[in-house]
Amino acid sequence: MTKKLKIVVLAKQVPDTRNVGKNAMTPEGTVNRAALPAIFNPEDMNALEQALYIKDQNPGSEVLLLTMGPFRAADIIREGLFRGADGGVLLTDRKFAGADTLATSYALSQAIKKINPDIILAGRQAIDGDTAQVGPQVAEKLDLPQVTYAEEIQEISDNKVVIKRRLERGVEVVSCTLPCLVTVHATAAPCRPRHAKQVMKYKYARTVTEDTAEGANYLLSLADYPYLKITEWGTADVGGEDSSYGMAGSPTKVKKVENIVFQAKEAKKLTASEEDIDSLISELLANHTIG
Amino acid sequence: MNNIIVFCETDNGKLCDVSLELMTKARSLAQTLNCDLEALLIGYNVENLKDELYLYGAKTVHLADDKQLEFFRTLPYASIAISLFKQEQPQIALFGATCIGRDLAPRISSALHSGLTADCTSLEIGDHQDTKGNKWDNLLYQIRPAFGGNIIATIVNPEHRPQMATVREGVMKKEPLSVPVAGSVKKIDVASILTDADFAVEIIERHIEEKKIDIKGAQIIVAGGYGVGSKEGFALVNELAKVLGAEVGASRAAVDAGFVEHERQIGQTGVTVRPKLFISVGISGQIQHTAGMDQSSMIISINNDPNAPIHQIADYSIIGDLNEVLPKMIASYKKHSK
Repeated sequence: MTKKLKIVVLAKQVPDTRNVGKNAMTPEGTVNRAALPAIFNPEDMNALEQALYIKDQNPGSEVLLLTMGPFRAADIIREGLFRGADGGVLLTDRKFAGADTLATSYALSQAIKKINPDIILAGRQAIDGDTAQVGPQVAEKLDLPQVTYAEEIQEISDNKVVIKRRLERGVEVVSCTLPCLVTVHATAAPCRPRHAKQVMKYKYARTVTEDTAEGANYLLSLADYPYLKITEWGTADVGGEDSSYGMAGSPTKVKKVENIVFQAKEAKKLTASEEDIDSLISELLANHTIG
Repeated sequence: MNNIIVFCETDNGKLCDVSLELMTKARSLAQTLNCDLEALLIGYNVENLKDELYLYGAKTVHLADDKQLEFFRTLPYASIAISLFKQEQPQIALFGATCIGRDLAPRISSALHSGLTADCTSLEIGDHQDTKGNKWDNLLYQIRPAFGGNIIATIVNPEHRPQMATVREGVMKKEPLSVPVAGSVKKIDVASILTDADFAVEIIERHIEEKKIDIKGAQIIVAGGYGVGSKEGFALVNELAKVLGAEVGASRAAVDAGFVEHERQIGQTGVTVRPKLFISVGISGQIQHTAGMDQSSMIISINNDPNAPIHQIADYSIIGDLNEVLPKMIASYKKHSK
């Protein structure tokens, strides 16, 4: 049985922390964030594939990307459109700034309420924080059941989805009522590549901010080609309490950040003396390498 | 009231190591804060585990025991924990950073609007002052690497309770008391908490394997080579690994000589590892071996041959006899670690 489903994929634009190479380091040995490319969070890409797969099985379904971030995060919505998504929403507002996972979840859940999907898919975690918290927190805010670490969506019907989950030492197959939120594990199928037709169609997809930016000169107007418009929503569009957004809505506060200093690979020569070993162990404890 | 609660996970009717490690850490936090340590135990036929929890310092074991709770499912477990936390108002709640803990803890933190920090590598108690001059005493410092491990952040939750954190297995040390505390069980009335909506997820099948050696996922590896000399000689390697919460690895020569099992072999024909810390003991450092470990964030080489190639890729090289160096490292760690 097929059904026209409305599917939301939560995606995040992240700095590519997996490739912190030599040029990504400052002379002081700290991370130069600006030198890291901004990418589509890898596990969100796995989630997008699951969404597109559901759409393949259920023709007429709609896949919408939802992301929160600065204006440039529209890039990952375009990336999703090139691979087969039907549309996207960029949540962007100064009031979202400084959000921890809880305030982020609040903003995303407000937007999802407005979209009212049948199923929400998200990557298990983002590589810049590795917290894996936003998925379950969004589910809780929407009062929906959650299924984490999905490896394969095996079956989806009118009111139920069957999912294979990847756990530490095995797998579990569960069924869950719809609507629900599913987080997708890296071991799930990789995302299909860009499709030439989609790239042609959405090459000039843009937000109103991009459309009206200084020097912007697009051939096809958004008025004539509405499918090219990437929706932008701020707090005014999704409603909710200002006190729940951004820094104000974040119970966790960063007290201190220490950069890990990368030293050049020149071995420090130590002897087997007690003093040398003692100072090595103390150093490793102090920088949290051990302990 | 305002105690510390550790969510204790079980596996095949036994308490998980990560939970006992958290109990050990929480016991010292409770001592600093002058409050009690409590455990939350959810499952089926798990009441017998209470004695082990007393041995780790649990003054109270909050027990939810029901057939429907035999296998973890997010919603029923979350409803029980949320209800308990509302009633008991713990100041700190800790969870293992396992598949279960990382699924459950964020759900609870959202429902209670309490801050949660994932995968902490260190937990301490300290004061905090914000930019407006507001001051707090005795907050939980939740210390974790972020940004792909390139920064270490200290997180606090000044205004919301409980202060919640998850910690991975092997990060904290597991240490029972010599005498168990006089604790008691408080049974949670499961039926009064759970509703039909909590059972939206149904488990159709489960295939869980026995725990295997997993050197790939280890944060710290102590690896021995042919230079260790014998199977018995590996006892020191094992001991250092144990005190550091590390996994034991080996070079092919050590595996071929029968010192350790094949699953621990690192290198081209074994597994490739990139731990945070790699301690190489009595390994010469042939390219076939180093190809499987040279991406480690930090390498310490211990070898009495100053010309051994392993020293060239090490961050710290100790030229010396491992039988002398390893006991000194163990003693030094025990002296300095809290």
